[in-house]
Amino acid sequence: MLASLAPNLLIPLLATMSMWYALPLIVSVSLVCAATRQEQIGPILHHALRFGIWIVAFMAIVVGLLALMNWMA
Amino acid sequence: MVTTTIPTAEHSAGQHDSIEIELGQPWLAALLAWLVPGLGHLYQGRTGKGLLFLVCILGTFLYGLYLGGGKVVYASSTSVLDRNFWDRWQYGCQAGVGLASWPAYLQAVRVKNHKEPMWKGEEWFDNGFMAPPRPGNVPLEDASKNTSIQPSELALWNVKLHPYFELGTVYTVIAGLLNLLVICDAFAGPLVIAPHDDKKNKQNKDPA
Repeated sequence: MLASLAPNLLIPLLATMSMWYALPLIVSVSLVCAATRQEQIGPILHHALRFGIWIVAFMAIVVGLLALMNWMA
Repeated sequence: MVTTTIPTAEHSAGQHDSIEIELGQPWLAALLAWLVPGLGHLYQGRTGKGLLFLVCILGTFLYGLYLGGGKVVYASSTSVLDRNFWDRWQYGCQAGVGLASWPAYLQAVRVKNHKEPMWKGEEWFDNGFMAPPRPGNVPLEDASKNTSIQPSELALWNVKLHPYFELGTVYTVIAGLLNLLVICDAFAGPLVIAPHDDKKNKQNKDPA
């Protein structure tokens, strides 16, 4: 299953232009959410980075679950 | 003048235990934050955050508007009590951006009063900038010169702009929703989580 994951899912996914439109959104959402939780610029950037990584990780988990369901189907 | 005090964050450079923030007139700050993202913070003297919100939220909104060909922000009706308003429920979220979304409401008012929408232009804006789509069948000729009949102008936009109509809608909706957080921040200050060291010290002092 893992051997078939890369060519069948990951590469097409990364090549899909629509996925890259999520990047500015992740940056914007992370910065704004962090700035509403902190007041100083240092903690804001630190919080935004952690939040952005969390968003990407969550998206990766969802992609993994979808891949698993696709494989099981 | 209202002030609020928040604890310093874990990764802050300052040595103080707390930060005092002047909120000015909170209701005015919240109103300004709604009208223009970040303006409430600029009013309060929180310039860095104000500029950050202005750039991030307006940038997200305008980029979404650009992606969607200027078509993604429109109001189906002028009243939330009208069932037709919920045909474009996304406008309820986009309205969170404030002034930038008002042209769509003005256009909806004109259409409701059987007037022609304003700001008409070439091709894409032939029915007016931020004007609601017109009902009724619309012919569509694709790149192969094949003609199809779309059930409405909205369907035409979705087909011609795919996938950017959906992308633009998502961008503008998220911009509006983010500004709700900004309004709360302008009204009451940031929702700060207590620094981790304070929690550990409290646990060490009171093991029970």
